[in-house]
Amino acid sequence: MGLWRMIEAVGLTKRYGAKTAVYNLSFHVRPGTVTGFLGPNGSGKSTTMRMILGLDRPTSGHVTIGGHPFRQLPNAPRQVGALLDAKAVHGGRSARSHLLSLAQLAGIPAQRVDEVLGVVGLQDVAKRRSKGFSLGMGQRLGIAAALLGDPQVLLFDEPVNGLDPEGILWVRNLMKKLAAEGRTVFVSSHLMSEMALTADHLIVIGRGQLLADMSVTDFISANSADFARVRTPQTEPQQREKLTAALIEAGGRVMSEPDGALRVTGVPLPRISDLAHDADVRLWELSPHQASLEEAYMRMTQGAVDYRSTEDQLAHLQQPQPQHGGYGTPPQQPVVPEVPQQGWYAPPPPGQNPYAAQAQSEPAQKPEDPR
Amino acid sequence: MTTPHSYVSPIPVRKAHLGDALASEWTKIRSLRSTMWTLGVMVLLMLGVGLAVAAIVSSSNAPTENESALGLGFFGVLLGSICVITLGVLTIASEYGTGMIRTTLTACPSRARVLTAKAIVFFLLVFTITTVTATLVGLAQVAMVDNAAEPTSGQWLRATVGVGLFMAELGLLALAVGAVVRHSAGAITIMIGVLLLPLVAAMFMFSESLAKVQEWLLDYAIPSQLIALYAGRSAMGQSGPSGWDPVWILLVITAAAGAGAYALLNSRDV
Repeated sequence: MGLWRMIEAVGLTKRYGAKTAVYNLSFHVRPGTVTGFLGPNGSGKSTTMRMILGLDRPTSGHVTIGGHPFRQLPNAPRQVGALLDAKAVHGGRSARSHLLSLAQLAGIPAQRVDEVLGVVGLQDVAKRRSKGFSLGMGQRLGIAAALLGDPQVLLFDEPVNGLDPEGILWVRNLMKKLAAEGRTVFVSSHLMSEMALTADHLIVIGRGQLLADMSVTDFISANSADFARVRTPQTEPQQREKLTAALIEAGGRVMSEPDGALRVTGVPLPRISDLAHDADVRLWELSPHQASLEEAYMRMTQGAVDYRSTEDQLAHLQQPQPQHGGYGTPPQQPVVPEVPQQGWYAPPPPGQNPYAAQAQSEPAQKPEDPR
Repeated sequence: MTTPHSYVSPIPVRKAHLGDALASEWTKIRSLRSTMWTLGVMVLLMLGVGLAVAAIVSSSNAPTENESALGLGFFGVLLGSICVITLGVLTIASEYGTGMIRTTLTACPSRARVLTAKAIVFFLLVFTITTVTATLVGLAQVAMVDNAAEPTSGQWLRATVGVGLFMAELGLLALAVGAVVRHSAGAITIMIGVLLLPLVAAMFMFSESLAKVQEWLLDYAIPSQLIALYAGRSAMGQSGPSGWDPVWILLVITAAAGAGAYALLNSRDV
């Protein structure tokens, strides 16, 4: 236990029957920063949060808050505030009665209830039963409950779900303010873009295993993959093929975008221009691009997505169509691979994320049972 | 706590205890409409049915010299017990149904403290309301039926405090079942089965070989025990419980169910 390890998980594993929700997860969360807890849906974020709060017992491993297991804290709400699920309230109770019952449980004075109702902006609906609350109001009520004990450690599970843009900005600023006061703020999200704006540090998990534990700036520099977009005149497809061949010969990797542009990696921009010039190919576009943080995150977790959507083919609803194309253009030979609409991202930097690489080769593989 | 941390709340921190949990549970139980509905209907049933039965008996001039009029309260109490069962189950199962239990157990990680506070608040609430209502009904019945025996002080005590204890215990049993089953409709169904099934089953045990079972069920079914509590002697035969026995029997059953609820709440994931 140390000053810089307010939340500490060691070898945390949770199995529900045959399904391993969290496997051998070790990390710690520091005070004074917002730590983002990222992962796709079903990656074990909520399970980990529940284990931190003593709601679920780990199958093995342990997690402590300030050196103590949660269930042994003398007055938990005064040390740890948590928003797990905005719907985890009895809808028949008014917002104020709900918060009052929670305050009384920790010996918190009743004035504090009105205080937090003001902080989250629910003072006008305090007497209304929470059954009629919108998702955003429910989130605010949950945040009020977390703030009730004025705790040092705050856990938020998907706090911006259902909030409007103004509410999202408010939550973002609130978390930064709480961290600036020296509190430990641990926020889960499945949105990288949101975390990039809020968090200082990231813990990324996929299928219950740790994928990354690094600062946001490190994450950006480690995962930003550059590519160039090259467009040749659409009227002359042979120029496109010529350039593709030259680029591949020069060691580049070329993929075709849906609108006919080429996505090139591995060849610097000036070199692409030179190659085009040598091949006597005119360019309509040559532009540098950086994969977004969202893409970097999706690439990292792509092997660890549990629920992947597929194109709706509507196969049973459509009449069989005549096979000859109706658009006037002869079917083109696929010279270069298409950029897939889903499941493809810029190649990972070497040495990064062995888990995703392994998962790519065997996409259906679940974490192995070590026993 | 001596953990080093950089943020210290200006609100003084003290240890939370059972008193805090009692205050919290009292806020919870009085802020829900289901409490008003179930207890309101229970009071109406006890008063309405109790007075109606008393009125019928007093106008019929049936020979009731050996019995006191207090026993007429049985019908209203039996119907009211369904309300108590419902409230007992809802007190805990509604927290599971809504997910509130996770919020509660995050705010108070001690499962034993939460369950104890719930049980105490529920017990005192039901005991008080049932005892007061049973007393009012008893007074009215004794006043209305004049050709019945004068109730003894022991009968008075059993028909008021005894009935209050019996009902509150029955409600606690429902609360324990609710904590084990964690599902409102399921737990209420189980409890209504516990209340009515033994008598219904006994009615169909015509066979000679089942006579012993039938007799036992008729003696120990909850309605029979309630009759025994009022009358001071066994409801059906000579062997069954009498006097205060039903209160003690139900206490033992409730304590066992409660122990199971404690153990499960402690060990199960929420």
